[in-house]
Amino acid sequence: MAVIEINNLTKYYGKSRGIIDLNLKVEQGDIFGFIGPNGAGKSTTIRTLLGLISPTSGSATIFGKDCTKFKTEILANVGFIPSETMFYNGMRVSEIISFSAKLHKKDCKNEAKILCERLQLDDKKKIEELSLGNRKKVGIVCAMQHNPNLYIFDEPTSGLDPLMQKEFFSMVKEKQKTGSTVFLSSHTLSEIQRYCKNAAIIRDGKLIVSDSVDSLSKTSARRINLHGITSLPKIEGLIDVKTQENSVSFLYQGEMQKLIKTLSTIQFSDITISEPDIEEIFLHFYEKVGK
Amino acid sequence: MTIFKHEIKRNIKKLYIWCGAVSSLIVLCLMIYPEMKSNVDDIMDLYANLGDFSAAFGMDRLSFGTVMGFYAIECGTMIGIGGAFFAALLGIDILSKEENYKTSEFLLTHPISRRRVVCEKLFSILTIIIVFNLTCMIVSMLSIAIINETILWKEFLLFHLGQIILHTEIACICFAASAFIKRGGIGIGLGIAALLYFLSIFANITDSLEFLKYITPFQYGDAANIISTSKLDGVLIAIGLIVTAISIFIGFYKYETKDISA
Repeated sequence: MAVIEINNLTKYYGKSRGIIDLNLKVEQGDIFGFIGPNGAGKSTTIRTLLGLISPTSGSATIFGKDCTKFKTEILANVGFIPSETMFYNGMRVSEIISFSAKLHKKDCKNEAKILCERLQLDDKKKIEELSLGNRKKVGIVCAMQHNPNLYIFDEPTSGLDPLMQKEFFSMVKEKQKTGSTVFLSSHTLSEIQRYCKNAAIIRDGKLIVSDSVDSLSKTSARRINLHGITSLPKIEGLIDVKTQENSVSFLYQGEMQKLIKTLSTIQFSDITISEPDIEEIFLHFYEKVGK
Repeated sequence: MTIFKHEIKRNIKKLYIWCGAVSSLIVLCLMIYPEMKSNVDDIMDLYANLGDFSAAFGMDRLSFGTVMGFYAIECGTMIGIGGAFFAALLGIDILSKEENYKTSEFLLTHPISRRRVVCEKLFSILTIIIVFNLTCMIVSMLSIAIINETILWKEFLLFHLGQIILHTEIACICFAASAFIKRGGIGIGLGIAALLYFLSIFANITDSLEFLKYITPFQYGDAANIISTSKLDGVLIAIGLIVTAISIFIGFYKYETKDISA
C-alpha cells in the first residue's frame, strides 16, 4: 500500500516556484530518501504533506486520505522533525515533550523517558540553553514518542554528532521493522545510500528520478584514472576531467570499447577503472538532467 | 484546552505586571482623593480655565468634587489606556508569535485543527482581559471603601462593562492583524491602540470631529460619558461589537487559509 502518494503537485508562492508537477509514491515499510540541493523544493513538498501550506494544484494523500481535507486525522499518525527545530523559550525540555504528547492526547511518558535516555538528552534544561544538536534531539523525541505509522524527517541529523546520528538511525531502523514508514529528506547522500531502499531526486522544483537506491547508484559511467600523462586526446562523453601533476582523472559514460581504442593510441603508465560513488553520480548526472 | 492553558502560562507574567501597575496607580490616585476633595474649589477653578484640555479628558462633564467624578477622570483614564495597550499587546502577538519564533512548524504539525488553535488562543486572551478588568474593579472597590466614600454601583458597573467591551474590541482588532503579520507586531499593536485613543481625544475636543466617535471604541468606554449619563451608548456599543465580530472572523479566516512560511 502506498503510504504517501503525490499527484501532479504544484506549488507557487506568488510567482516564485516551489514545486512543479511532482509525482511520487512511498510504499509502506520503506525508508524513502528525498534528495535535492537547497531550494529544490524538498521542504515545500513536506510542508504540503503536513498541511502547513496548501497546493496551487494537484494533490497529495497520506494513508490514502487527502492531506488538506483530513489533515488532523493524518497528523495523529505522523511524526515530524523540521529542519529548524524551534520551541518555546522559557519552557523546559520535559514541558515541551509533555505539551506535544498532550496535543496528541496520549500518555507517552515511558516512551519519552526511553528516548531521552538513548539520546542522552537532559530534560530538565530550558529550551534557550540548548545547542542546535540538543534542540534536534527534543524534535526527535516529540516526533517519536507517540509511535506514529509515518515519520517525516527534514534533514534530521544536522547538528547531531556522528555517534548520535548512528543512534538516531538505529532508532529509525527499529521503527521501520515494526512496519512504520520513513520519509527522509536529506542532502547527505551517504545517509541515503546507507539507510534508504528507495529514493527520489528533486531539483528546481521538479522530480528528476524516483527509483531504488541500488539502481540509482548503478550507472554505466566509470571513473577512470590515467597515470603518466598530462593531457588527453579528444574523447567524447568525458565529464569532470581533473588534471593533476602526473595523472588525469575523468568520468566516462559511453561505449567502453571506443574509449579503450582511443586510449591505446597514447602513452600512459597505469590505469584504474572504478564505479563512481553516489555523490559523484548525483553531482554530475542528475544535476545535469534537471537543467 | 492544552493550547489555552499553554497560552495562559506564557502570558501570566505579563498579566501580573499589568495588573500590578494599573492597580497601584488606582490605589495611589484614590488615596490622594480625600486631600484633593478639601481643595476641590481651587482645582475646579484651575480646570475651568483649561478649556479644550479639560474637555479632552471629560472634565467638563464631571466634577472632581465627587468620588465617582474623580474616579472616572483619573482611574477611568488609566484603566482605559492601560487595559487597551495591554489588550493590544496580547492580541497582536497571539497568532504571529508562532511564525516569528518559528514554532509554527512544531505546533501546527500536531493533530489539532487550525480553527481549534486559533479558538483556544483567542479564548486565552479574552480570559486574561477579563481577569485584568476584575482585578481593577476589585482594587477600586476596596480603595474606595478604605477612603470611606460610597460607590454609585450602576455607574461603576456600567463603566467596567464598557471597559471590558473596549479592551475586547482592541484585542480582537489586533488579533485580526496578527493573522497577517509575521513579525514587528508590538509597534503595530501599540500604534492601533494609541491611534484609537487619540481619535477619541479629538472627538472630545471639537464638534467638527465628532463623527470620530463612531470609529473609536474609547468613546463608548469613556468614563466621563458613562458616569455623567448613567448609561452606555447603545449605538456605539453595537458598532463596537460588530467590529469585534468582524475582526474575529477575519482573524480566523486568514489564519485557517494562510500558508505557514518557513
